[in-house]
Amino acid sequence: MRRLPATPLIRVMMALLALGGLIASARGEVPPTHEFTLGNGLNVMVREDHRAPVAVVMLWYRVGSIDEPPGMTGISHMLEHMLFKDTKHLTPGDYSALVARFGGQSNAFTAYEYTGYYQQYEASRLPLALELEAERMTNLRIDPEEFQREIQVVLEERRQRTDDNPNALAWEKFTGILRPGTGYAHPIIGWRREIEQYQPDMAQHWYERWYMPGNATLVIVGDVTLDQVKPQVERFFGRIPARPVPSRPEPRQADIAGERRLNLVLPVQVPTLYMGWNLPSLRTAEDPHEFYVLSMLSGVLDGGSSARIERNLVRGQRLAAGAGASYQGLARGDGVFVVSATPNPGVMLDDLEAAIEAEIRAIAETPPAQSELDRVRAQVLASHVFGQDSLFGQAMELGYLSMLGVDWRLRANMAEALAAVTPEEVSAAARRYLVAQRRAVAHVQPQVSEATHDE
Amino acid sequence: MSDSRYVAALIAVPVLIVLVMVVASRTHDRDTSAAPVSFPVSLAEVEAAQPGRRELAIQHWQTDAGSRVLHVQTDQLPMVDVRLVFNAGSARDGDLAGLASLTNALLDQGADGMGVDEIASGFEDLGARFGSSSHRDMALVTLTSLNDAEFLEPALALTARILRAPDFPEDALNRVRTRMQQGLLMQQQVPGPQVSRAFQETLFGAHPYGIPSSGTLESLPRLRRDDLQRFYRDFYTAGNAVIAVVGALSEAEARALANRLSSALPEGGRAPALPQAEPPAESTRRHITFNSSQTHIQIGTQVISRDHEDYVPLYVGNHVFGGGGFSAVLMDEVRQRRGLVYGISSSITPMAAAAPFQIALQTGNDNADEALGLTLSLLEQFVEEGPTDEQVQRAIDYLTGSFAMSTASNSAIVGQLGSIGFYDLPLDYMDQFQRDIAAVTAEQIRTALRRHLDPTRLAIASIGPRAPEARLPDDDPDGAE
Repeated sequence: MRRLPATPLIRVMMALLALGGLIASARGEVPPTHEFTLGNGLNVMVREDHRAPVAVVMLWYRVGSIDEPPGMTGISHMLEHMLFKDTKHLTPGDYSALVARFGGQSNAFTAYEYTGYYQQYEASRLPLALELEAERMTNLRIDPEEFQREIQVVLEERRQRTDDNPNALAWEKFTGILRPGTGYAHPIIGWRREIEQYQPDMAQHWYERWYMPGNATLVIVGDVTLDQVKPQVERFFGRIPARPVPSRPEPRQADIAGERRLNLVLPVQVPTLYMGWNLPSLRTAEDPHEFYVLSMLSGVLDGGSSARIERNLVRGQRLAAGAGASYQGLARGDGVFVVSATPNPGVMLDDLEAAIEAEIRAIAETPPAQSELDRVRAQVLASHVFGQDSLFGQAMELGYLSMLGVDWRLRANMAEALAAVTPEEVSAAARRYLVAQRRAVAHVQPQVSEATHDE
Repeated sequence: MSDSRYVAALIAVPVLIVLVMVVASRTHDRDTSAAPVSFPVSLAEVEAAQPGRRELAIQHWQTDAGSRVLHVQTDQLPMVDVRLVFNAGSARDGDLAGLASLTNALLDQGADGMGVDEIASGFEDLGARFGSSSHRDMALVTLTSLNDAEFLEPALALTARILRAPDFPEDALNRVRTRMQQGLLMQQQVPGPQVSRAFQETLFGAHPYGIPSSGTLESLPRLRRDDLQRFYRDFYTAGNAVIAVVGALSEAEARALANRLSSALPEGGRAPALPQAEPPAESTRRHITFNSSQTHIQIGTQVISRDHEDYVPLYVGNHVFGGGGFSAVLMDEVRQRRGLVYGISSSITPMAAAAPFQIALQTGNDNADEALGLTLSLLEQFVEEGPTDEQVQRAIDYLTGSFAMSTASNSAIVGQLGSIGFYDLPLDYMDQFQRDIAAVTAEQIRTALRRHLDPTRLAIASIGPRAPEARLPDDDPDGAE
């Protein structure tokens, strides 16, 4: 094979040149974004994007599965389903029919830390979107029969997402040991035995406890202006009474959980390896700079197909058919660093695990090259621009950061913050955090004999 | 019930007479003049609003090398999306299933003497994203880059080198082949992909669309480097390519860009047309026994493509029946009223030589017989009776009302342009489609359904512990008032 000569020095020079231009062209390029709070505590974020006559409305509540006590796992998600049923003015089907009649799209999502509802329309439909969300914030009615039927729907959803997918099942069991003793250790959709026993008053209680203006952020992104939106928001949400938000402890874990290992035998055709380490998030780090160091570490390991995991484990040594690493450093609680990998045929999980540990050791012992750090920053800068192509994506980002209490300019300022990260700091972070006593490991192996169904 | 404390002092809205409505209990509703006479109070103004629209000026030309180019300039974001669409999907695999996918996946794994690492870091140093994917009709090559020449120029140079001289290195071929084989094994762990594959095979039989795009465990090992090289030479030709360009580039810049990529491609014309797929002559059932807690079922047939006069009525009919999400007949009857499924939907997928109509549902094993019976009877009833005028009006309202969303982002626009070019649709296709939808009547839909959707000639594929047998539910669900 012919190879074009490209000396490392020239490559670094080129990368640095490129980066200078990237910073110049991407810095400060943020669409007009406004934030205000209503008298009742509702936080509102408006981003103007006038490219097309479209608006996305999202209402985010700061409650998710990590807030659920044992016996009520998944109740945030169940409640989310009930918000599409009965309210004071709506019967089941009415909400969807109204949204559809005006060409809108709508759905909702539940996660560890938040529950979000969205509608997307041609921009002149904004008042309807706001009125519908205000109705759902205050006027939910839970009909016991509808509730029972929806339990069946949620059980089907659980079967589809998790029970019939051995990898999802393995991931669920792995998350049980990844952050033990916290709300992150049970699945967002809940345990099946608990879903089966839900009662309507549980969802009602959850609604009353968490669905108030002071626990919510309303996000509007699209062809709107602040002057136009503000009175409309006041009109529909201003009269909703303020209610105090129950206090919650920060979901922190004991500093070092100790090494945890899980051997799972499941009806998989291909084995899987999961590894995770407990470490700080942006919120829980002593110094926010640590979040950027860990982001950089994650980027050096898996910031694309030129990063180390893909280059060395998938291509170089041919140990993995697929592998990835990610730092989940945006959380209400502590963060995690997770590696998942699928071995190539004939490769033992122990060997794959050892190879991943060797990659981590290499970074811990030898600081990464500046060119690797530059590449991570180049991608962060470009993705800041690319991320503004999707209205939905922008609304997701604003809402998500708001739920975590993080300034919405995070991504715009990310490249600058990453510029302050040194190669040695990346090494130091690997030495400090990617250690055995912070680690959870799961090996997922195929069954040797025919599966029997555990009922 | 809601907490009845509220702080009136916090509410200060000059334009509204505020009477804070604290929801206490139904028996104690305070009837006030501020209470809406009818909900929602915003309805009238939203009905009266004039929906806005984004005018797209689509430019269209051919490069010297024969590629069809579509271009829309959008200046708001400093970025460019380039999408090359080749008539080079798995329908061209012949007896080598997976050939199109493997060819496409290897493009950035070595080219013009550059190794995969050099190519990957070449793009990633620039913050650019190079991608490729392969489907039944289309093979795609995509590039997203900042529009500044400092980044776009080297990203294009790299893309042109890949298109001009992909090396298909032997070691990369083996690596990617192994990854695809592992992917196939992983698909056998879950019911969804298996039932989809079985349905395609049942519906298309020996037609090229029946070839599994990602290959088979039997076919992948047979693929050789020269098969890939030949496939690339035959189907990744300049004349077989559509180039869609959207972003902050003038027409002159887009012309230069398209010429550059087009001239890098092998010489050659358009791929020959595929044979038209026929509806099944009779109903066929196929079941895969699998130890899952849900039974997945897919039901469908062949209908008609975009150029047929009945296409738009069928499209709107499908929206009423199963395409319209929560407000569709299927979702309402099978999920909302009976709780038998989490997901159920129907779709029509217009392709170059076929248009499969397809219903997909997943239901707990104990409910599989009822869910299948109910779905089949709903389909029969829908073909028999057609939609009501009200249902049609609601579908038209949605389909025309949601049009603005289809042009809201560069990525949405570049996708539309790719389809318009690939399927030889007129440049004003999107507008014309809107006008046609708005004019559809319930009667036209009824006629189109009876002509093209025969419930006695369906392909049905299922997967689960046992084959479902259609049975009508004996319950009478509580209808919503």
